[in-house]
Amino acid sequence: MSIDLSFYNWELFTNYILKGLLFSIQLTVIATVGGIVFGTFLALMRLSGKPALVYPATFYINTMRSIPLVMVILWFFLLMPLLIGRPIGADLSATITFIAFEAAFFSEIVRAGIQSVPRGQAYAAQALGMTYGQNMRLVVLPQAFRNMIPVFMTQTIILFQDTSLVYAIGAYDLLKGFEIAGKNYGRPIETYVLAAATYWVICFSLSKVVRKIQMKVAIIR
Amino acid sequence: MALDMGVFCKSTLDGDAVDHCFSALFGLGQNADPSYLDWLMKAWGWTLAVAGLGLAIALVLGAVMGTLRTLPNAGRSSRVLIRLSTAWVELFRNIPILVQVFLWYHVIPAFVLPLKALPSYWLVSIALGFFTSARIAEQVRAGIQSLPTGQNAAAIALGLTTAQSYRYVILPMALRIIIPPLTSESMNLIKNSSVAFAVSVPELTLFAMQAQEETSHGVEIYLAVTALYALTAFAVNRVMAAIEKRSRIPGFIASTNDAGAH
Repeated sequence: MSIDLSFYNWELFTNYILKGLLFSIQLTVIATVGGIVFGTFLALMRLSGKPALVYPATFYINTMRSIPLVMVILWFFLLMPLLIGRPIGADLSATITFIAFEAAFFSEIVRAGIQSVPRGQAYAAQALGMTYGQNMRLVVLPQAFRNMIPVFMTQTIILFQDTSLVYAIGAYDLLKGFEIAGKNYGRPIETYVLAAATYWVICFSLSKVVRKIQMKVAIIR
Repeated sequence: MALDMGVFCKSTLDGDAVDHCFSALFGLGQNADPSYLDWLMKAWGWTLAVAGLGLAIALVLGAVMGTLRTLPNAGRSSRVLIRLSTAWVELFRNIPILVQVFLWYHVIPAFVLPLKALPSYWLVSIALGFFTSARIAEQVRAGIQSLPTGQNAAAIALGLTTAQSYRYVILPMALRIIIPPLTSESMNLIKNSSVAFAVSVPELTLFAMQAQEETSHGVEIYLAVTALYALTAFAVNRVMAAIEKRSRIPGFIASTNDAGAH
């Protein structure tokens, strides 16, 4: 048994892989942005000190963190049509799921980031007469986010790897692209190797970038 | 929408209610049809088997690889070992777990023929174990590097060889320090074991997908499966907390949290 990759050409790439790759990237970007936005709100709820906000946010975060992502994907795929009343596609379902799921993980990063800002900063902003919203928007969050950038990116790499789990509901992502190409060309073994190599190159180079940024942020601090 | 948990007492063969819910499991009715509850429990057993085996592999390989990464950079053989362990970590943490499962299931047995004889859940456990070992190796490395340098210096001053100083001084300290991150990695491994559905290991996630289609009681099925995953992860959390408490080093790190007593 030997591996022959000669069948892998530009035509195969544009016909099968590109569509999946673009969906995986799109899913990663939307889930990162959406997850950070919702995650920030969740983190602010948890840090608000008001029980009516703290408990629902804590419950949501802990629930999401204790369920396997595959099950969350299946849950949303099952429940979404029941709630909306009409079937939705695997792509849209996956997107909503990843935003909701990643929000829980990003919120923990944001919370740690906010807590890493010295208290004196928030006190100083209060002393200047800023409201809570101004305090967060102008003083605390800008500093917190700067500290969080490397952790955000690490989470994004994990998120990119996790997008392969949309396999469970049959969405067409990078892995699916390779799998279908493998079936159509009768080369399943080679396409799995190629899929692994593609994911590895993307994730490895991103992690190198993160390490560079980490050093830069560390110097500024 | 009302929940109908009675679905678990229905036969998986014809969908009628069975006499004893736990029939096949506890051997109450030898000839009774298996119920969905029986199937659920068997699926949970598969999840525990896959995750348990994977965890054993991950802990051993992770401890070895993490230790190798911290070897003193002297001599050719230790440099080779450092390179090897670094490559190990970078290889296994940058490929999605699902893709690694496919590699172990479809690709590697085609080249390493003896693997064909292994049942598929072994292959999933190996995939999970290797994937998680890369993450655990990083924790072990961080734990070793967080030790005060005086520990290693004292070991050398006592005339211990490198192997002895790791065995008697460094690792007993480092492995205790990293129990909290190991706890979360173990819980991640249990959650990640759900990818075994993709190669048809009859574990909880595959049960959820198949029973949902058969019974059209998806919400009840998913609730039960989700609860079992959460319960398993929680149990691991408690076990690790107990281990952490027992293995605590007096007068060091977290042990000061214990107010007074012994």
